[in-house]
Amino acid sequence: MRMIIVAGTPGSGKTAVLIHALKSLKKRGLKSSVVKIDCLYTDDGKKFEKIGIPTKVGLSMDMCPDHFAIYNLEDMIEWADENDSECLVVETAGLCHRCAPYTVNSLGVCVIDATSGPNTPLKVGPFLSTADIAVITKGDMISQAEREIFRERVLEVNPNCKVIDANGLSGQGCMELAEEIYKSQEVSLEEEKLRHSAPLAVCTLCVGETKVNKKHHRGILRKIDGFQTYEGE
Amino acid sequence: MIIDKVTVIGGYNKQEEKEPVEEVVIKRGEIVGVVGPTGSGKSSLIGDIEQLAQEDTFSKRRILVNDEKPSYDDRTNPRKKMVAQLSQNMNFLADMSVGDFLSLHAKCRGASSKCVDAVIKLANTLTGEPIKKDHELTILSGGQSRALMVADVAIISNSPIVLIDEIENAGIRKHDALKVLSGHGKIVMVVTHDPVLALMTDRRIVMKSGGMEKVVSTTDAEKSLSIKLSKIDDLLLSLRDKVRNGEVIEDIEMGGIGI
Repeated sequence: MRMIIVAGTPGSGKTAVLIHALKSLKKRGLKSSVVKIDCLYTDDGKKFEKIGIPTKVGLSMDMCPDHFAIYNLEDMIEWADENDSECLVVETAGLCHRCAPYTVNSLGVCVIDATSGPNTPLKVGPFLSTADIAVITKGDMISQAEREIFRERVLEVNPNCKVIDANGLSGQGCMELAEEIYKSQEVSLEEEKLRHSAPLAVCTLCVGETKVNKKHHRGILRKIDGFQTYEGE
Repeated sequence: MIIDKVTVIGGYNKQEEKEPVEEVVIKRGEIVGVVGPTGSGKSSLIGDIEQLAQEDTFSKRRILVNDEKPSYDDRTNPRKKMVAQLSQNMNFLADMSVGDFLSLHAKCRGASSKCVDAVIKLANTLTGEPIKKDHELTILSGGQSRALMVADVAIISNSPIVLIDEIENAGIRKHDALKVLSGHGKIVMVVTHDPVLALMTDRRIVMKSGGMEKVVSTTDAEKSLSIKLSKIDDLLLSLRDKVRNGEVIEDIEMGGIGI
């Protein structure tokens, strides 16, 4: 089973780009299954079903969608196996940009929107810096100079990635992405590891505390001055 | 790399029918116009050329350079880019100063950061209120942005193929801008609604519902008309400047135009 993990900022065009790529893979005879992970709502599942690809939707609700995706990976692969698929595509809605949901042997695809400004690649962290492929979307909405600067910034953050300029409307660049998916390797989850550790999230807020006053918080707490303390037993 | 010719191999129009023009070959030193009503696909055509499309855009056109399919690196690496494009999208989203933006772009294109001052100087010959190095990009007016991009394309993105999208809309001196952009031996494509510019080209591609409908060569009669049109245009520009500067127009002198 090939495993493709697609991350990106909300509204960057992950689904649109994937639909074009998966259509062209289908024509080449590669069977895929898609799992779409979102937080509260998505109707992207219908869009994938429309092009005849088995689709499952997972809503993580009040949980970090990347964490949710990671410990459901095994079930997803099993399900894709049942569909006789050769390729599992997991699309996640990473929120804090601190996670990178890619595993070592999966194909990690980061979709990033060029209209978000040339400083964005510097801000988004490991989901870009540890990706195999950076897909830059919406380049047609800005000037050539801005597009080139954006690309340069992406390569500053991740010099080894392959950059694909894509257009979710016309499908430009999506064949290139399809080709990379086709060439990607088989993954077995037995010894598989994440490329980047998931962020620290062990505090009272994580388990539902809503009071903001300092005295209510326990766990690993980091202060704005950089000091970190552990409050509690 | 010397580019002797660019070939546009026709694809499909908006109705998914084959476009009437199957192939257009543009040679070194030629200026080609792209004309047609709004929504007829002019910007998409030059977009295809900018991306050196390989049947991977809406139109399914293919672009060959010197009769060959360009490599993936040629298509995407800005240091190797053969195409400079002045698009209509000039709303800067970059939150930085003019100077920083230009030196970043110079770095991308492998040009010296010394050219930053030259770009600003050139831009200021095309626009009214001067642009300064420490201005934030986001506060520039439409005309200033456009002038800055013209100068950027001319100096930093100095490429053998130049694509220009509706330069007349910018409120800048279009003849000067066109002169700055279309250097010696370049392949230039100008999208335009302006008859003055259209008749200055050698040929023009006529677009209709997303497809290349036909290619019209500029006739000798049109070329001499073009000179008259330029005079009318100069007259209008001088009037525009007068109005801009708060003057009152008393009369217009039509004698020199010979109409």
